[in-house]
Amino acid sequence: MNEIKEPILRAENISISFGGLRALNDISLEIYPGEIMGIIGPNGAGKTTMLNIINGFYKPDKGRIIFEGKERPRHMKPNQIAAQGIARTFQNLAIFSGMSALGNIMVGRTMMMHSNIFSQALYWKFSQKEEIEHRESVERIIDFLQIENIRRTPASMLPYGLRKRVELARALAAEPKLLLLDEPMAGMNLEEKEDIARFVLDANEELGYTIALIEHDMGVVMDICDRIVVLDFGEKIAEGTPNEVKADPKVIKAYLGETGI
Amino acid sequence: MGFFLEVLVTGLLVGIMYSLVALGFALIFKASDVFNMAQGDMSLLAGLALVGFLELHFPLWLALVCTIAIMTILAYTTVFIVLKPLVARPPIMLFMATFGLAYMIQGIGQSIWGTQAKGLDLGIPDIPVTIGGLFMSTFDLTFGAVAGILVAILVWFFHKTRTGRALRAVSDDHEAALSVGIPLLKAWAVTWVIAGIVAVVAGIAWGTRMGVQFSISYIALKALPVLIIGGLDSITGVIIAGLVVGAGENLAEVFIGPYVGGGIQTFFPYLIALLVLYFKPYGLFGKEIIERV
Repeated sequence: MNEIKEPILRAENISISFGGLRALNDISLEIYPGEIMGIIGPNGAGKTTMLNIINGFYKPDKGRIIFEGKERPRHMKPNQIAAQGIARTFQNLAIFSGMSALGNIMVGRTMMMHSNIFSQALYWKFSQKEEIEHRESVERIIDFLQIENIRRTPASMLPYGLRKRVELARALAAEPKLLLLDEPMAGMNLEEKEDIARFVLDANEELGYTIALIEHDMGVVMDICDRIVVLDFGEKIAEGTPNEVKADPKVIKAYLGETGI
Repeated sequence: MGFFLEVLVTGLLVGIMYSLVALGFALIFKASDVFNMAQGDMSLLAGLALVGFLELHFPLWLALVCTIAIMTILAYTTVFIVLKPLVARPPIMLFMATFGLAYMIQGIGQSIWGTQAKGLDLGIPDIPVTIGGLFMSTFDLTFGAVAGILVAILVWFFHKTRTGRALRAVSDDHEAALSVGIPLLKAWAVTWVIAGIVAVVAGIAWGTRMGVQFSISYIALKALPVLIIGGLDSITGVIIAGLVVGAGENLAEVFIGPYVGGGIQTFFPYLIALLVLYFKPYGLFGKEIIERV
């Protein structure tokens, strides 16, 4: 049954170089609806580069991206790709520090709101109604991530762990078809990591989000991911279930070195 | 005491107009990290265009609409032709581009409407009135009110509407804004249109006061100390700083001026700006940028 499922996103033979450095070499991967896919690999393996290609920040030199069965045109901009339903968070955290937590999450919902600048000025009753409707969904997300008590706090004043959570909330608020998380647990302590891991699992199981995530903490990755792709120096060296990947000699070599064991 | 208040209020009313000019800079700086050297010239262009349309016997409202249309075209041309190729380049490049833009606007404006100083008379009477025992000019009062209303609308727009929120998002973090689906260039263009409208109001206010002429582009120099005091990226900051500068220079001129031979109005704002720079280099309300090295 699982085998005939169409992937929501398929990356085919992706290559990209920065100057003389080949960051990704002929990488193909699929993300299937409803799964949590992990992308792992040592530092500099090209994981973030891959996410940047998926959400359109980088254009690959070679290869193509097929999203929901349609090939993505090369000139498509990141904001258009976001509007198609791909949301993401960032490795080194990118929140709107001049706004409250709530403001941040509302902006995440921008794409789902339809009133334009003129209707906002002329028929502001309509915009107001729309605003209230969206506020309700945003409140559900705030509830889900348990950040009720900080919704009015300026984002710049929040501690790191909560900022990460606000960033996650902003991505969820767009109700994306595909959610990309770039090291959602980086720099967190054990307790915070467990919280985020639980939110990611719940978002997947209860809310049905499809998630691709990069993470360095192997324990967490093995626990929550359905499938894992391993990158090393821009090459895909393994792919499979956590157990398959864990046992793969190439993966062990990449992490521990040639004569490690 | 009454005299002191009069001087203060007159200063504050002029100050609102400084805020207005500085606001144009702050809006664009916030959105795109560019210090727009052409802001003063945009006011000049707006003034010239408005007088031009009035000379063609357009009714005032139509002349205003046409002027705003010109500023809108200017905004979109600037963003999509001048700035677009420079996205993600160092800010200094965008800054230099706005220098070029300033000369272009000046040249184009003057080659269409001429270099003669022109009067702009909107029929606002300039007579002194007494309010609560204070002598004030109706002229200052009118423009104080207009500027105040404009500022209130802008604050409402940026905080309560979806587009306003999107623009603030862009000003906070370009990549994050793109990743939630906000089109960067379109957001810039809207910001430039708003700065253009602010320039129209500033152009009218200063044009009626001193005639529409080349030196309007120098009101930008008045905005500099305001920006330094308020903080380049803070809208509240520049509004308050404009008031501080207006009131400060007027009070200084009247009360300190006589002891030092007068004429301190022109440099007093810079003096305040220097002091602020010394103690708060990001301005009173500016975002302090602390980078991890």
